[in-house]
Amino acid sequence: MNAHDGQNGSAQGYTFAYLDEQTKRSLRRGLLKAVAIPGYQVPFGGREMPLPYGWGTGGMQVTAAILGRDDVLKVIDQGADDTTNAVSIRRFFTRTANVQTTLRTAQASIIQTRHRIPETPLQQGQIMVFQVPIPEPLRFIEPSDSETRSMHALNDYGVMHVKLYEDIAKYGHIATAYAYPVTVDQRYVMDPSPIPKFDNPKLHMSPALMLFGAGREKRLYAVPPYTRVASLDFEDHPFELPRWEQSCAFCGSRESYLDELIVDDAGTRQFVCSDTDYCSQRGSQEAVA
Amino acid sequence: MNNPLLSVRNLTRLYGPEQGCQDVSFDLYPGEVLGVVGESGSGKSTLLSVLSGRNRPDVGQVVYSGPQGGRVDLYQASEAERRRLLRTEWGFVEQNPRDGLRMTVSAGANIGERLMAQGVRHYGQLRQAGLQWLRQVEIDPGRIDDLPRSFSGGMQQRLQIARNLVSSPRLMFMDEPTGGLDVSVQAHLLDLLRGLVRELQLAVVIVTHDLAVARLLADRLIVMRRSRVVEAGLTDQILDDPQHAYSQLLVSSVLQP
Repeated sequence: MNAHDGQNGSAQGYTFAYLDEQTKRSLRRGLLKAVAIPGYQVPFGGREMPLPYGWGTGGMQVTAAILGRDDVLKVIDQGADDTTNAVSIRRFFTRTANVQTTLRTAQASIIQTRHRIPETPLQQGQIMVFQVPIPEPLRFIEPSDSETRSMHALNDYGVMHVKLYEDIAKYGHIATAYAYPVTVDQRYVMDPSPIPKFDNPKLHMSPALMLFGAGREKRLYAVPPYTRVASLDFEDHPFELPRWEQSCAFCGSRESYLDELIVDDAGTRQFVCSDTDYCSQRGSQEAVA
Repeated sequence: MNNPLLSVRNLTRLYGPEQGCQDVSFDLYPGEVLGVVGESGSGKSTLLSVLSGRNRPDVGQVVYSGPQGGRVDLYQASEAERRRLLRTEWGFVEQNPRDGLRMTVSAGANIGERLMAQGVRHYGQLRQAGLQWLRQVEIDPGRIDDLPRSFSGGMQQRLQIARNLVSSPRLMFMDEPTGGLDVSVQAHLLDLLRGLVRELQLAVVIVTHDLAVARLLADRLIVMRRSRVVEAGLTDQILDDPQHAYSQLLVSSVLQP
């Protein structure tokens, strides 16, 4: 791709990280507001990105706005670095911003993600960028946006528990397994994007900054480092983490989030870590030991 | 007599000349049922929406006296306070139960919603309240997990009433609660309402164009025409001896079976 490269190594005809400087400034202003009011949804002027809505346009705009030349970018989709979406987005920023990329969680300064928070504990200074499909946790029950905004403003969150009630009435337990609503800093109820509820506790008091971008809905929100994040629940049906009987077929982990794979026509099942970096790190450690 | 629960003065909300309601004043006492009757377009529903904090008046005052003697001037109070009132000490029964219910969640969740909004975070308690209120409004408790859309019109209306009563309100607003129901279902609902009103000492403002409903439920009536109150007084007095020409017309136009 050398023919397309500009003076500073990025693709010719484009500004650094694709978006023009004014757009990135407006996004950063929105992000600052989002960080100042944890969990609050800030509207922003979303731009067309060269890929369809639903493929991570919100997350990409946030990444473009905060990316610096010295940043090291990691992109995951369902925890994996090698899926189509992750590969495309990583290559996009390599071409348009010429930044270094990595597969290692510990080495990344910015991690854009679709569904997971990495198993490797995040550190201070790292930034998670989430691609959000539906930023509004109240949308399922209240279609009007002006109404949901006043509900947020007035702390009127009774209906959030209606959803959990329905789960228990139908299934006997809280069956919501992803996009599990949380209260941020004891104020705003937030949809933590479609991460599995397994990852909800990782939001609580995380040393890393969490930024959320919804491209179609044009909303930004954030969880600053060391912020209290509590999952909603009932007193007699407390928040529970999913558990697996199995361990990872590759690395043997019993702590990580496992994907279930069907490996042959006879229906044989295998469980493997959804976080590929975590899994391969553990694998190589065992090889050394 | 103790203090009025709701004190209304010069309430006016006009969409055009004589469209809406104007210059309405009355006091409502605890446990009292006030009927608002009048023809279509006379401003009954506008009055109800202004009374219940859903529609800001052009002029006038609505003062509610809470149980602890706290007075709330409805349109001086904050939006948060108005919402709190509407889902705790007040209730609103819509003419069409589809407007007052959440049609996508089960009957139990509909009943429990107000409690959850008040901070009840115990599933077992919510469940108990749901079962108890279904029994109160004569719906089979076994249907607690069914969606309201699988209920008949009369059951939906009763569910809407249960959903409002669960927070033990002191004041209910009802907009034609028996509209669109057939006569026997109407009678059943009215019977139930009358029992609940007496039992729970509810104050009610009920809008209706059906004088039979008014006679059965209301202690007092106000008659509206072209946005104004033309006559007010005890129900029997107005229905048996109407003074204003319009009230006379209204009473005489009811078919006697």
